[in-house]
Amino acid sequence: MYKILKKQKWSDTIFSNWIEAPFVAKAAQPGQFIILITSQSGERIPLTIADSNAKEGWVQIVYQVVGASTLELSLMNEGENLYAFVGPLGVPSEIENFGGKVLIIGGGIGIAPIYPVAKKLKELGNYVISIIGARTKDLIIMEDKMKEASNELLIATDDGTYGQKGFVTNIMDDILKKESEAIKDIWAVGPPIMMKMCTRVANEHNKQIWVSLNSIMVDGTGMCGACRVSVGGKTKFACVDGPEFRGNLVNFEEMILRQRQYCDQEREALMLLEEKIRRQASNG
Amino acid sequence: MAEKLKPAEKLKKDRVPMRNQEPLERVQNFLEVPLGYSLEEAIQEAQRCLQCNPPYCVAGCPADVRIPQFVEKLIAEDIKGAFLEIKQTNALPAVCGRVCPQEEQCEGACIMNKKGKPIAIGRLERYVADWAKQLDYSDAKKPSTKLNKKVAIVGSGPAGLACASDLAKLGYDVTVYEALHKAGGVLVYGIPEFRLPKAIVGYEVDQIKELGVEINLNYVIGLTKSVDELMQEYDAVFLANGAGAPSFLKIPGENLNGVYSASEFLTRSNLMKAYEFPNYATPIRVDQKAVVVGGGNVAMDAVRTAKRLGAKEATIVYRRGRKEMPARAEEIGHAEEEGIKFELLTNPVKILGDEYGNVVGIECVRMELGEPDESGRRRPQVVEGSNFVIDADTVIIAIGQSANPIVARSATGVETNKWGYFVADENGKTTHPKVWAGGDIVTGAATVILAVGAGKKAAKSIHETLSNKQ
Ligand SMILES: Cc1cc2nc3c(=O)[nH]c(=O)nc-3n(C[C@H](O)[C@H](O)[C@H](O)COP(=O)(O)OP(=O)(O)OC[C@H]3O[C@@H](n4cnc5c(N)ncnc54)[C@H](O)[C@@H]3O)c2cc1C
Ligand SMILES: Cc1cc2nc3c(=O)[nH]c(=O)nc-3n(C[C@H](O)[C@H](O)[C@H](O)COP(=O)(O)OP(=O)(O)OC[C@H]3O[C@@H](n4cnc5c(N)ncnc54)[C@H](O)[C@@H]3O)c2cc1C
Ligand code: SF4
Ligand code: SF4
Ligand code: FES
Repeated sequence: MYKILKKQKWSDTIFSNWIEAPFVAKAAQPGQFIILITSQSGERIPLTIADSNAKEGWVQIVYQVVGASTLELSLMNEGENLYAFVGPLGVPSEIENFGGKVLIIGGGIGIAPIYPVAKKLKELGNYVISIIGARTKDLIIMEDKMKEASNELLIATDDGTYGQKGFVTNIMDDILKKESEAIKDIWAVGPPIMMKMCTRVANEHNKQIWVSLNSIMVDGTGMCGACRVSVGGKTKFACVDGPEFRGNLVNFEEMILRQRQYCDQEREALMLLEEKIRRQASNG
Repeated sequence: MAEKLKPAEKLKKDRVPMRNQEPLERVQNFLEVPLGYSLEEAIQEAQRCLQCNPPYCVAGCPADVRIPQFVEKLIAEDIKGAFLEIKQTNALPAVCGRVCPQEEQCEGACIMNKKGKPIAIGRLERYVADWAKQLDYSDAKKPSTKLNKKVAIVGSGPAGLACASDLAKLGYDVTVYEALHKAGGVLVYGIPEFRLPKAIVGYEVDQIKELGVEINLNYVIGLTKSVDELMQEYDAVFLANGAGAPSFLKIPGENLNGVYSASEFLTRSNLMKAYEFPNYATPIRVDQKAVVVGGGNVAMDAVRTAKRLGAKEATIVYRRGRKEMPARAEEIGHAEEEGIKFELLTNPVKILGDEYGNVVGIECVRMELGEPDESGRRRPQVVEGSNFVIDADTVIIAIGQSANPIVARSATGVETNKWGYFVADENGKTTHPKVWAGGDIVTGAATVILAVGAGKKAAKSIHETLSNKQ
């Protein structure tokens, strides 16, 4: 049952797990996500499918420890079982051979979910230009895999410790200035603020852009409405209508406010878990 | 053994009342409100039954519970016998005994209802089923004959479970696919613990599993696997995925923080146990003032949950009057006892927020009842200029559910109507020869017992169809 087959630590806060989930692996497509629960008292957390293998029956996830649930997940070991693992959820990315170049932008932990999109785009014959970025060198993940999935790979770090100094949007802007015509479509996945900025750049160049909205979710199947976002003035459910939407239509301000909905409770949960870990460490 | 009463004595006696947790105490906890009958109370109530032949009550029960038979065994203090009588036709007696709208079903049809004193069939059924749970008694055993035919069921709510139970008893290999991580449908994610303890649902689900039914949790039909694939792998498919999509008011401010659909609010609290946060990791936001919009059972559940989560003031806002409220009278009564406020003939027009995106209030208008509409209910009309604001830090929208399209999208040849519900005849047959459907996903949001009835009818029809094929 949803065994952790393999686990890797990629930086202080970023981990990757390979989970045994043959039915999910069989149906998974780029752009889709899963929801997992670590233990019986856990919450349902959505994570994008970073890679999957139908023959071997596994799904790979990449996650950043930001709160109690991701911390708990990072503490689970190979061989242990997750309490629940369901998917693939959401609408797959609209990928085809566009007969030209596509621009792929991944920020921080957003590099993981953009990887299967890039890979599929390249497989179908598109010329893939990828830009990946993070705050600092240590947080750049999956560089080799992204290189394989792209025709060109560009890297940016905020502090200049790797690749070009600055934001992914700077590189994006440069490329669009040079060859806006040749770029047939754009995908950007990362923190909401990054996706908002990428959308602004796309708008300046009159380009359409896909973004993947990581709104707070519960069931992930369209039953609760927790994940609602405003797109083109209409309320949509990110879990079943998305998670990818045309960024040009997304109300990012509302989305960012909604993401902070449980700030106080999240802090409380994290403190409780850290306290528990400290106690266990001092006892054992 | 209890004495037999003469008919005239039976007619004189009143219904034995049910003891409840005191309102002031119960709003502090999530424990069940009605405490259940004692053996003495159950027998006393059972003795009033006239043992009619034919029994009127049974005609009112979609699960065909053998009411006079089980009541007779109960009087004879043969509780196990009573339990076996009930279980012959109803796989979910502890659930149904608690949440059936008995006044419209069995008790509404009971001959004694003419005198306003129907036998408390639901409470007796609950007593018998609880007895079995307490003793961990189970009658479930795998059937000795196997038909070597496979049926897939989508959804583990009451419709799916009832169908699974009947088919398994007949010897079918039954696999249930459930999207969530727990079986039970609305019984586990919607109806609150204080009306239907989850341990009781779990016990009845376990008995169905003991019949050999396999329940695949965390499995979304339409995404993990399509209905089309199920049609190929199984001899028949029963679609019982419920009417799970929440409706919103479509007024400004609905996406503010602190605004919930009833489905989200109740799922967080019931399924995810947010009322035990942070020991359970799922958070929920209730501060001082909660407002629930709607007048049905779901609204009552939401408002009473908000009260228990610590709201000082919990208010129902409903656009029609008291008489028009669709919630059961008993539920409205329980809510009133618990200090729930009612703003009737009131309709929200806008939800108000602060600069951080948090809800701070709800702007409403007063309504008056005009001429009756097609449904015969008097249509509410706005009283112009009556706008006023109710302060609120939590707003819960409980105005109904609709069909979720995920299942239907993956079911080629299974027709839906314009609202997205499956088209099915009275036996649950859809427009596809291998596919049946029943419960809320056919009728729209209804009741547990109607879903159970639909599941049973589909099981019967599937059995007939597959037997004829041989
Ligand atoms: C479709 C989708 C795909 C995602 N893919 C990835 C991924 O591949 N890798 C990754 O690291 N993260 C991903 N996320 C975000 C991830 O779900 C959250 O980081 C995680 O739930 C945080 O849980 P926590 O308890 O550790 O932190 P918390 O303390 O609960 O929260 C920290 C922050 O995470 C966000 N968050 C909290 N709960 C949820 C929730 N139930 N759903 C969504 N966001 C939440 C909030 O913005 C919050 O401020 C994805 C989210 C969505 C919706
Ligand atoms: C808050 C609330 C209180 C209620 N109170 C009462 C009451 O007191 N008395 C009463 O009689 N009725 C009550 N009802 C109504 C009653 O619960 C429903 O009518 C009944 O549960 C319908 O049963 P069902 O089996 O059709 O669907 P559901 O109970 O909705 O079950 C459907 C199941 O299918 C699953 N599912 C959905 N989509 C998929 C998919 N794609 N793949 C796999 N599985 C899927 C769902 O997760 C769910 O478990 C209440 C309803 C609510 C919401
Ligand atoms: S199942 Fe419901 S309707 Fe049938 S007898 Fe029991 S309480 Fe009455
Ligand atoms: S109709 Fe009422 S009195 Fe008659 S058998 Fe049924 S429960 Fe008893
Ligand atoms: S997470 Fe519940 S509807 Fe999207």
